Amino acid sequence: MIVPPRVRALLIAGAAALFLVVFSGDRFWLQFLGKTMITCIFAMSLDLLVGFAGLVSLAHAAFFGLAAYLLAGLSNHYGLVSPLATLPLCLAGVGLAALLIGWLSLRASGVYFIMVTLAFTQMLYYFFNDAPGFGGSDGLYVNDRPRLGPIDFGERTVAYLAIWIALVATYLLLLRVVRGPFGRVLIGIRGNEQRMRSLGYPTGRYKLAAFVLAGGLAGLAGYLDATLYGFVNPAHFGWRVSGLLLMTVLLGGKGTLHGPVLGALLLGFLEHYGEQVTTHWNAIVGAFVIAVVLFLPRGLAGLLRGARG
Amino acid sequence: MTLSLFALQLLNGVEYGLLLFLVASGLTLIFGVLGVLNFAHGSFYMLGAYLAYFIAGRTGSLLVAVLVGVPLMAVLGLLVERLAIARLYARDHLSQVLLTYGLVLLFNELQRALFGNDVHGVAAPQALAFRIPLGEQAWPAYRVFTALFCLAVAAAMRQVILRTRFGMRVRAGASNPEMVEALGIDVRRLFSSVFAAGAALAALAGMLAAPLTTVYPGMGESVLVLSFVVVVIGGIGSIKGAFLGALLVGLSDTFGKVLLPGFASAMVYAVMAAVLVFRPRGLLGQQA
Repeated sequence: MIVPPRVRALLIAGAAALFLVVFSGDRFWLQFLGKTMITCIFAMSLDLLVGFAGLVSLAHAAFFGLAAYLLAGLSNHYGLVSPLATLPLCLAGVGLAALLIGWLSLRASGVYFIMVTLAFTQMLYYFFNDAPGFGGSDGLYVNDRPRLGPIDFGERTVAYLAIWIALVATYLLLLRVVRGPFGRVLIGIRGNEQRMRSLGYPTGRYKLAAFVLAGGLAGLAGYLDATLYGFVNPAHFGWRVSGLLLMTVLLGGKGTLHGPVLGALLLGFLEHYGEQVTTHWNAIVGAFVIAVVLFLPRGLAGLLRGARG
Repeated sequence: MTLSLFALQLLNGVEYGLLLFLVASGLTLIFGVLGVLNFAHGSFYMLGAYLAYFIAGRTGSLLVAVLVGVPLMAVLGLLVERLAIARLYARDHLSQVLLTYGLVLLFNELQRALFGNDVHGVAAPQALAFRIPLGEQAWPAYRVFTALFCLAVAAAMRQVILRTRFGMRVRAGASNPEMVEALGIDVRRLFSSVFAAGAALAALAGMLAAPLTTVYPGMGESVLVLSFVVVVIGGIGSIKGAFLGALLVGLSDTFGKVLLPGFASAMVYAVMAAVLVFRPRGLLGQQA
């Protein structure tokens, strides 16, 4: 996959600008842009499935929420505060869940896969909403946010910086993955799975590996979210989260990695200002989703490329 | 669990399953014939329930609500199909999911703007406001009526699909839409009628359920997810499969709530996972 020079310049400038925000120290912007960058990580990880492997998964919110709950549990019940302990444990837990849900869901294909991933997400939603000890629909506070010696990630500036590093690292990692042999196989599967199978690739295992990798990165986003906000609740699992995330990927342009970043930034700003203007913001989002599907199927990244020819 | 409590749960589970069947059969037919996965199907159920609340509240009769509301919802289904769904026939699954997801957001806001966020109760018809004794338990007559009514609708559907010209076209459309078109049948009209019928069935289920579950925001989404589970269990495009799946889901949900109260819905998903392991295309789906 080639990143056009214009897009590369735009990405570098954007990353630099986001980095400089750290020095502003402004509470609102650190929180708002921190949240938006988390959504960028979340959306890019979904793009690996939707845009490259051709898997429309609605289970992504589940891994985000699961990591956040795991962090709350590790911190509140076991007093673990070092991210050197909690991050690997959370990611391992999410990876295991992704392996199990992925193995079951990938037994189905096409629309079955979509429906099954949605069903498992709802299952986790009900579990954390109903089971005792998880705080019901109010959720849980993360009593002690991750802390490493003198570095306290509960502090906004520190959390922001960590999120920025995670975003850049995720982008570079995913770029490497989709450019490497693994990514080529995924693209091949999206095009024609049967052909890839007859060429000797165990396509099921490749799809499962992509599902686990993407789920793990969604978990990273969830971990950062719980670190930034200090609380988790079952609404993280809602299928609306998964739906809106798919929308972010399509709006930005699927199969491009930088597209979902653009989509997340645009939607973040639209939502922030839109909610101040009207209480029926969701109706506007609904109409917007429909308009994008009908008139902009290649997304914003498609516009960037389309202008060149 | 005493025998009579067991019998009561069994009947409740069957009744709930039959209601789910009305929603899931439309979902599976729409996918089978039109090839579109319709996330807005739960919204038709929700709108049906709100219509029942609105009309029955004004006229005092659920029957009037059904007689007025169901045709109204069929018209709404027709409009939605013509204006939005018809543009999806040649598009990939992602577009279908997103466009119908957009519709869900729109319908939810419509409901919020018209009826607010409160939970509303709907009275069961006066004639059915008694209980049928069942050992030391009692079964509300309205639930009996709902179960029988759904069974009658299911039987009528079976007759229409197996015995009429329209049903023949639906079956043909489900197995090979291109061939149906090549034979000179107006596929557009067929698609519109199937979608409208599906919307009307889902709305009917919502109206019948209104006195049982109350009417609340988000009721469409939980039914949508359960209908997905029904379709995954039964096999997509298969009405018989939807019937079987709906009964299984209805029973496992009802018994799950009694046996594992902390994990109310876990049973349903455990059943789905088991079906996925052993028959990934559903109990009655075509096995690959």
